[in-house]
Amino acid sequence: MSSPLVEIKNMDVAYQKKLVLSKVSLSVFEHDFIGIIGPNGGGKTSLIKAILGLLKPVGGSVKHSLLSSEIGYLPQGNQVDENFPITVKEVIASGLEHGLKIGLGSKRSRQGKVEKALETVGLEALHSRPIGELSGGEFQRTLLARAIISSPRLLVLDEPDTHVDNLFETELYALLKELNRDITILLVSHDIGIISPYIKTIACVNRNLHYHPSNEINEEQLKVYNCPIEVIAHGPVPHRVVKEHIHK
Amino acid sequence: MDLLNLLTYGFFQHAVLAALLMSITCGIIGTYIVSRRMVFISGGITHASFGGVGIGYYLGFPPLAGAAAVAVLAALTTENLTRRKVLRNDSIIAILWSLGMAVGIIFVYLTPGYAPNLMSYLFGSIITVSTTDLWLMLALALVVTAVFILLYRPILYVAFDEQFARIRGIPVMFINYLLIILVALTIVLSIRTAGIILVLSVLTVPQNISNLFTNRFSHIMVGSVVLGFVASLLGLVLSYYLDIPSGACIIFTLVVLYMVARLIKVLIFGR
Repeated sequence: MSSPLVEIKNMDVAYQKKLVLSKVSLSVFEHDFIGIIGPNGGGKTSLIKAILGLLKPVGGSVKHSLLSSEIGYLPQGNQVDENFPITVKEVIASGLEHGLKIGLGSKRSRQGKVEKALETVGLEALHSRPIGELSGGEFQRTLLARAIISSPRLLVLDEPDTHVDNLFETELYALLKELNRDITILLVSHDIGIISPYIKTIACVNRNLHYHPSNEINEEQLKVYNCPIEVIAHGPVPHRVVKEHIHK
Repeated sequence: MDLLNLLTYGFFQHAVLAALLMSITCGIIGTYIVSRRMVFISGGITHASFGGVGIGYYLGFPPLAGAAAVAVLAALTTENLTRRKVLRNDSIIAILWSLGMAVGIIFVYLTPGYAPNLMSYLFGSIITVSTTDLWLMLALALVVTAVFILLYRPILYVAFDEQFARIRGIPVMFINYLLIILVALTIVLSIRTAGIILVLSVLTVPQNISNLFTNRFSHIMVGSVVLGFVASLLGLVLSYYLDIPSGACIIFTLVVLYMVARLIKVLIFGR
């Protein structure tokens, strides 16, 4: 097996002096698609922030060999000011920026990439709309386009399906599955039922981390992992978590 | 005509130039302040700088130099303490705000004799700007314009989403410190023209008028420069004919413009 893209060893993370993650270890390999689940306040967001270098661990280590230009990130919607005077196109283009680039003009190649990203998330018609005039779902699509526009090697998504309608939710996960052929994905979700068919493996995070090398999990296992989340049934299927099956 | 006659006076030409330079600097920096919701921080820096004015009087160096030193120090302290989460951000600002005013009052009081032009620091005096003031304002206007042209995208991206910018390797700290220093210098050089008590409105009202009609950062910047200049000229003429202080006249004109703009928006766009 090749060396991991991200390697976390015995990591402790504190947030405002309170320990939120304790002795966490995880190896993320190229082409992984890990669903990060767990109760609210269990440390899911802290885990990805530590991976992204936004939070410094107080113990243990987190290492990756990625360049800043190789990481795509979709934060939780409430982390940005939705009334900031900026357009959809400008937000999406910001996903191409890395390091300190001087100058005003925007390159042709940049334009082309922005247009392609707009198309991918279905926002062509709204490209010059200020973000303050978007619906919650449209804003989320904008953030998704910003995260994927640079074709990153590692894509980190923190609850990308917030405010998104059911139709786009299905499109979103189908798109992620497609991207996963080339891109490694870490997906934080509160809804294992929805993401289960798309992800490859599961990380249960509740102060500790339990890695589950399959995309199926039942309540019994969640209990063992000390990961009390509600497993919601979707559709008429009585079984709680669905096996991988093909959506056409 | 009387108005054209006015333009032949040296003091009035200086005032018009000062209004233009102030509008350029404040239009650009104010857009950054308003977009990032830094109005309160700017108020803190403004009032803290009065401490520098007082120390300047007491020790006998130009009060504006003292104000500049204290404003930059206050700006860096706010940025640093906020980042390290030592205290709540708004509490830090309130403390610096009143501490600066207190230091200023103490030193002005300790200065023997009469403190000349004290009122002009509090309320501004665009009619009495000196050639030196104008050169300093020109230099700052050029620096601010150049920084925003060369670093437009990084500044916009950091202001919009600092965390994302950090992940993408944009030097967030550098941008933040550079901009807070420019904010402090803008405030200090606008004190000569608008005064400590009034400067905040020059940094916020044109932006809010522009924001009624556009939601793009670059458009708000350009709109604010134009509106700031128009309001300054109107205020200046008004102050000359009514023989009342120019700073107050400019601010009053700005706020009236804002209300007119609001009205126009309601009448034309229905909201």
